Amino acid sequence: MSRRWGGPSFEDRMATVDFRVAPTAHITVDSDVCRSCTTKACVTACPANLFVPTSDGGVLFNYEQCFECGTCYLVCDEAGALTWTYPEGGHGVVLRRS
Amino acid sequence: MAERFDVVVVGAGPAGATAALVAARAGLSVCLLERGPFPGSKNMYGGVIYGRILDQVLPGWFDEAPVQRWITRRSTMVTTDDQALTIDFRNGAWSRAPYNGATAFRADFDGWLAGKAEEAGATLVCATTATGLLRGGDGRVVGVRTDRPDGDIEAGLVIAADGVNSFLAKEAGLYPHFSAEHITLGAKEVLHLGRDEIDRRFGLRDLEGLDIEMLGCTQGIAGGGFLYTNLESIAVGVVLSVTGLARSGLRPEQVIAGMKQHPAIAPYVEGGELVEYSAHLIPEGGYRVMAELAGDGLLVTGDAAGLCLAAGLWLEGVNFAIGSGLAAAQTAVEALAAGDTSAAGLAGYRRRLERSFVLQDHRKLRRAPDLLLSDRVQRLYPQLTCDVAEGIFTVENPSRKRGLARVALDAVRRSPVRVRDLARDSLTMLRSYG
Repeated sequence: MSRRWGGPSFEDRMATVDFRVAPTAHITVDSDVCRSCTTKACVTACPANLFVPTSDGGVLFNYEQCFECGTCYLVCDEAGALTWTYPEGGHGVVLRRS
Repeated sequence: MAERFDVVVVGAGPAGATAALVAARAGLSVCLLERGPFPGSKNMYGGVIYGRILDQVLPGWFDEAPVQRWITRRSTMVTTDDQALTIDFRNGAWSRAPYNGATAFRADFDGWLAGKAEEAGATLVCATTATGLLRGGDGRVVGVRTDRPDGDIEAGLVIAADGVNSFLAKEAGLYPHFSAEHITLGAKEVLHLGRDEIDRRFGLRDLEGLDIEMLGCTQGIAGGGFLYTNLESIAVGVVLSVTGLARSGLRPEQVIAGMKQHPAIAPYVEGGELVEYSAHLIPEGGYRVMAELAGDGLLVTGDAAGLCLAAGLWLEGVNFAIGSGLAAAQTAVEALAAGDTSAAGLAGYRRRLERSFVLQDHRKLRRAPDLLLSDRVQRLYPQLTCDVAEGIFTVENPSRKRGLARVALDAVRRSPVRVRDLARDSLTMLRSYG
């Protein structure tokens, strides 16, 4: 999707990052709550592009390639739509050259 | 059965590792918890370490710290869409001990510092997330819960060094002003260019390094950009107001891509191969919004306390983390010896920080974060500054030269900046930076 802007595809971009995926999600999204959200800022602001709007007005997410930055919960406008904690120890993003 | 230590430090970044090192050296039993598989694995910055404070903790640190390059060129670049005005300072002395700033991979640097804490006797426990605070009957903090089986760790004192999102400081009620308004998102690409190409491209040799900080290249989102050299790669990225980013509808990597297309940046990054992409939040609010620093049984340090200094000319965090970790450990030693780890008994922490650069710099620069994220500093002043430079350096023959005062006056007249705002901001800058 970011071809227009030059540089690698988003998939190639994220393929440079090592993730040790935890068996359980550290993010939860209540898509019913998201349906009443008019901004859905998480969809564009998340640097890992983890949030995808659905045709019925909700939000789908995946947690596997999360940088664990916290942007999503900071920009979330709808109380109760999103919970966010750290993944269990030893899992999640592993940065080596940052 | 719960384990027990004098001090449990949560987070093995620069703040936590320093706190653990100093506390262990003083003879305390210390547990240093790290949720990543190794220290630094969750960490990213933007990205110079100013290590002078380490002289007090690890004299001669610069002979062994895992550094990529020593910063000998420090540039500040003000940009508009088509213009860039750069102040570029070079200092040969910074390429020699005791140096000034360094670039490093945080996985290397944080691991090295945590290793020093281990050598001093601290117990480093990785791959373990602190999930909450343990409370005693009187409500005071007496340890942490972790996600290990039987994972409670009791301690005489907890030092929260758990980073910008600090769930521990928030759980303790010590971070009442935590808000998206004061947080920025850093997103960064590490691009491989090769050592020789970097030396050629940036005019460097040996371990000399360059750090460029940019203003006005973030597509109208409050923030800035940076580019700095590692040994074999460069790091290029943006720092964006989280709320501004959300309002813009742009994606972070799009803003990076836009910056990389700027005529002043594009030749620097051309041909670089992406080897790691990363993102992290930065607490930029400074003195006015930082966390309360001590609770009953708990001290808060580094990013967890919001101690990053985002003051435009000065963008520092690792040194503030180290400085606060040092003060926290010294306070812990004192408080445990006195048998009083209540918030009142830990008040020495704040006093120590007030006597050190940590809170002295933050207090002096308390007005800077708001000013820097204002539309005037972000958009109007860069345009004004670049227009003045253009006016000075454009030769308009057959017209004669206008003279500097005339050029400046013309630029101010053309600019939408109001003179009243300019005067007020100048005063704020004088009070902050003077």
